[in-house]
Amino acid sequence: MTNKIDTDMVKHVANLVRLGISEEEAQTFSGQFSSIIDYFNMLNEVDTENVPPASDTTNNTNVLREDVAEPSMSRVEFLDNAPQSERGYIKVPTVLGDES
Amino acid sequence: MQLHTLTLREASEMLATKQISSVELTQATLQRAHEIDPKIQSYVTLADDVALEQAKQADERIAKGKDLTPLTGIPFAMKDAISTRGVRTTCSSKILENYVPQYNATVTQKLADAGAVLIGKTNMDEFGMGSSCENSALFKTRNPWNLERVPGGSSGGAAASMAAGLCNFSIGEDTGGSVRMPAGFCNVTGIKPTYGRVSRYGLISLVSSFDCIGPMTRDVYDCATVLETIAGHDPQDSTTFNSPVPQYNQNLNKTVKGMTIGIPKEYFVSGMDAGVENAIQQAIRTYEKLGMKIQEVSLPHTQYALPVYYLLLFAEASSNLARFDGTRFGLSASENAKDVIDIYLQTRHEGFGDEVKRRIMLGAYALSAGYYDAYYLKAQKVRTLLRRDFELALSSVDILLAPTSPTTAFKLGEKTNNPLEMYLSDIYVVATNPAGVPALALPAGFSNNMPVGMQLIGKHLDEQTLFQVGHAYQQVTDWHKQNPVIGD
Amino acid sequence: MTQYEPVIGLEIHAELQTRSKMFCSCSADYSNAPEPNTFICPVCTGLPGAMPVLNKKAIEQATLVGLSLNCSINEFNTFARKNYFYPDLPKGYQISQYDLPIASKGWLDILDDTDSPMRVVVRRVHLEEDTAKLAHEKNYALVDFNRAGVPLLEIVSEPDMRTVEAALSYATKIRAILRYLGVNSGDMEKGILRFEANVSVRPRGSSELRTRTEIKNLNSFRALTRASAYEIERQIKVYENGGEVVQETLGWDEAHGVTISQRGKEDAHDYRYFPEPDLPPLQLDRNWINSIKNQLPELPDAKNRRFMEQYELKRREASLLTAEKSLADYFEEVVSKSKSSAKTVHSWLTGEFMRYMNDSGQTLEDITLSAAQFAQLIDMVTDKSISGNSGKVVLNEMLNAKRNCDPSQIVKEKNLAQVSDTGFIQEAIEKILSDNPREVEQFLAGKETIVQWLMGQVARATKGKADPNIAKDLLVKTLEARRK
Ligand SMILES: [Mg+2]
Ligand SMILES: [Zn+2]
Repeated sequence: MTNKIDTDMVKHVANLVRLGISEEEAQTFSGQFSSIIDYFNMLNEVDTENVPPASDTTNNTNVLREDVAEPSMSRVEFLDNAPQSERGYIKVPTVLGDES
Repeated sequence: MQLHTLTLREASEMLATKQISSVELTQATLQRAHEIDPKIQSYVTLADDVALEQAKQADERIAKGKDLTPLTGIPFAMKDAISTRGVRTTCSSKILENYVPQYNATVTQKLADAGAVLIGKTNMDEFGMGSSCENSALFKTRNPWNLERVPGGSSGGAAASMAAGLCNFSIGEDTGGSVRMPAGFCNVTGIKPTYGRVSRYGLISLVSSFDCIGPMTRDVYDCATVLETIAGHDPQDSTTFNSPVPQYNQNLNKTVKGMTIGIPKEYFVSGMDAGVENAIQQAIRTYEKLGMKIQEVSLPHTQYALPVYYLLLFAEASSNLARFDGTRFGLSASENAKDVIDIYLQTRHEGFGDEVKRRIMLGAYALSAGYYDAYYLKAQKVRTLLRRDFELALSSVDILLAPTSPTTAFKLGEKTNNPLEMYLSDIYVVATNPAGVPALALPAGFSNNMPVGMQLIGKHLDEQTLFQVGHAYQQVTDWHKQNPVIGD
Repeated sequence: MTQYEPVIGLEIHAELQTRSKMFCSCSADYSNAPEPNTFICPVCTGLPGAMPVLNKKAIEQATLVGLSLNCSINEFNTFARKNYFYPDLPKGYQISQYDLPIASKGWLDILDDTDSPMRVVVRRVHLEEDTAKLAHEKNYALVDFNRAGVPLLEIVSEPDMRTVEAALSYATKIRAILRYLGVNSGDMEKGILRFEANVSVRPRGSSELRTRTEIKNLNSFRALTRASAYEIERQIKVYENGGEVVQETLGWDEAHGVTISQRGKEDAHDYRYFPEPDLPPLQLDRNWINSIKNQLPELPDAKNRRFMEQYELKRREASLLTAEKSLADYFEEVVSKSKSSAKTVHSWLTGEFMRYMNDSGQTLEDITLSAAQFAQLIDMVTDKSISGNSGKVVLNEMLNAKRNCDPSQIVKEKNLAQVSDTGFIQEAIEKILSDNPREVEQFLAGKETIVQWLMGQVARATKGKADPNIAKDLLVKTLEARRK
């Protein structure tokens, strides 16, 4: 399969990861993406019938912690790192819509 | 006395016998860093105050003779992807340029508990995305062996600081060769431990299922010492192993006679520099002289390692980097943002470099509806095959031997315009990370006055054999003892 | 004209009441946090490098819920990242479960609008983390991460409900079960339990599934019923006008009683789920699942059946008690300590006692009256040592007293003991009849109903202490005597 990644697709994925990009950047990325994705398409040669996906190499299972509450970190330091805060809250610009 | 070429072990002995204090050693290291590093630019931050305070405390520990470890009082450098409480941690990105963590990574804490002295934080490709350190958004690090050349990446600053004698050991992080490749380019010893051997808690994630923190040192002995300190189960990282950490250095001198080295035939095809190949062949002959058997093995899916590695990297990174949104820490476009979407778009546009942008967009693509099966899932399946390749090959031999790169360090700017060609420079080091197996990089000679690196790849959790075989090599060679003359 | 039939499915979000959060050790008791952003750590605020560690208790509680809804527990469980950007989601992804949830394919029997039993299929139960709390101000928003990372259970039904009443019945029952299990307080005002309804309509008799809309953030039973009813009507109108229903997410405007379209999404949700690489999978073995099964308490349905049988109650009577486990337990305790019949205890409990709770806005947890003393009071009425009315007075006294007190003491203090001394009652009757000659005339003229009025006068004059049966006997006899 060949996937030409046009500028519309570039803008679509840029929006998915909330990345502002200019028209010019979209053009540049479009060219680069197509050659990279072309290269990835070599995986199609590999027969993966009956091969399970591997998302983990440790084979760990059931790593759990006891339900014990512990003291929190410093709010002052947390808010010091924040660009904007107010009355102990993190402050952000107007929120439109509901994404969740 | 040349303080800056001391091994960790030598420095530790001098501290223990009170030939020098930690404060003196630390001051000398910092002074050299302030003099030399402007040429190399290996450090993003020099933590003079923290270092001197820790050195003072180390001296008190040494004076009392209590709680001493091999690292007490030893100056070290930390890759800037690992959180250090109170010390700026940038990941060499504009988006974190002024971020000061309010907590320590587990590795940072373990080193502090051992009494090691944090000199500073080292430069890297932004968020670990690169193979030359040229993708740092702050500045480019140079190779101490030739200032026109790259140190490799992404732990380029870590390798360069080590090679230039600006610390006694250095902590790097290897997602797909990021310790081994720069170690090879800079004539440094370094290990990518088994995935899960060292806690990632506090390491700013690039690829959660590949990332491995590993030390960079002057020799195998030091490497084993540092790994022993930082390895082990961490209740805050569910992907760490529960098994105990061996005392690696106790078995370092065991003979390698009769052991078998596997040579993956797929790694010795076209594309490798003659000088590199020559050095590696010589290393193989050295091992033969030590009584080891050499056997050709096959890793049949090697050519697919690169697409598997990059696809999975893009996917996980696109998610891991979502938290850099300008609302809680780091760079923020909150001043001009008209709404919250705007703050995301602007912050991330300004804060991320081109390589980061490319990768997170491609990651979203590989995970998005309609492409998931063809890219992400397919890569996870081929990953299983890569892992089986290593298991099978390592079932008939003790370790594998391969170069760390097809070439020696290339020139700055040589590959920056072609992302795909840059990706290809990682061809020998990326496969181990999807497979999770450990690999030790060590100096193997020179080609045109630039270092050549080789790597030994071992079985899951068998760092011990890697150290043993690596140490045997360093007993009969002195490549690792060569130091660069820092030019202008 | 086409008759339309609603098709409703519910998604129920229930916070689990663990001590610590899902993936970190911060307290999960956010509604009692002293200040915003005080129950926080690197993990639940999404600081760079922080990693999740799974809370064992959350897994146990989720399994309990799955089992109580007749689900099969999946022995192999994984977590997944759901990727989207929102300021209440610190990591830019929510750790949730996707293709391998903790429980799936269960069912719950409910009563529909005609009180006939029906079965709702529970598609899945999965665990995820709650988001932070967002307060919208005029030109900005404020974020409090105290709630971020609290374990949240998502219970998803199939679109099996055909009426708003059935949906309400299902939601009510889920809430009761969660409270029985002790995993959720059922508090909807605080958002500890919240609903989402998927609604579509189709011509009656058809089996097609038409385009549905999702109504989010329904924070009360009232909102659930009103919003679903509104949406059903709206969709029917759309079809009647020849239009098409658009698949979209809606909000519920409680003040205006309308559903409103959330801002249109340029990119239809593409959450890019993939396995969470920071969390190894869960392998739940049979023995462990059985050990959780053994912790299951008697659930509302079983309790209801037992109450009907053991206490000879009608279904409605039993379900009044079993809706809340604490009430059912209290009932059983009173019955066990009382000599009166279970029916009598039931009518006291569901009568005056519940009236008191409703009027005072108290819950059973606020009540200090011990079962033993309640039983003692009921028995005093049963054996006629006080009148029923006096019993109500004493009960209210005891409930108001906010402490344990002896009902016989109150009876003595208030002089409420019932009198069967005929001399004392006769005296009172004589006085009433001579004070009310007109009413006596009316009786003699044949208006027998006046007896009731005169009985009231007797009760008042004797302060309720006169045994009503004796009093009535005497009153009628005395009146009849006047005929001669
Ligand atoms: Mg959900
Ligand atoms: Zn927390």
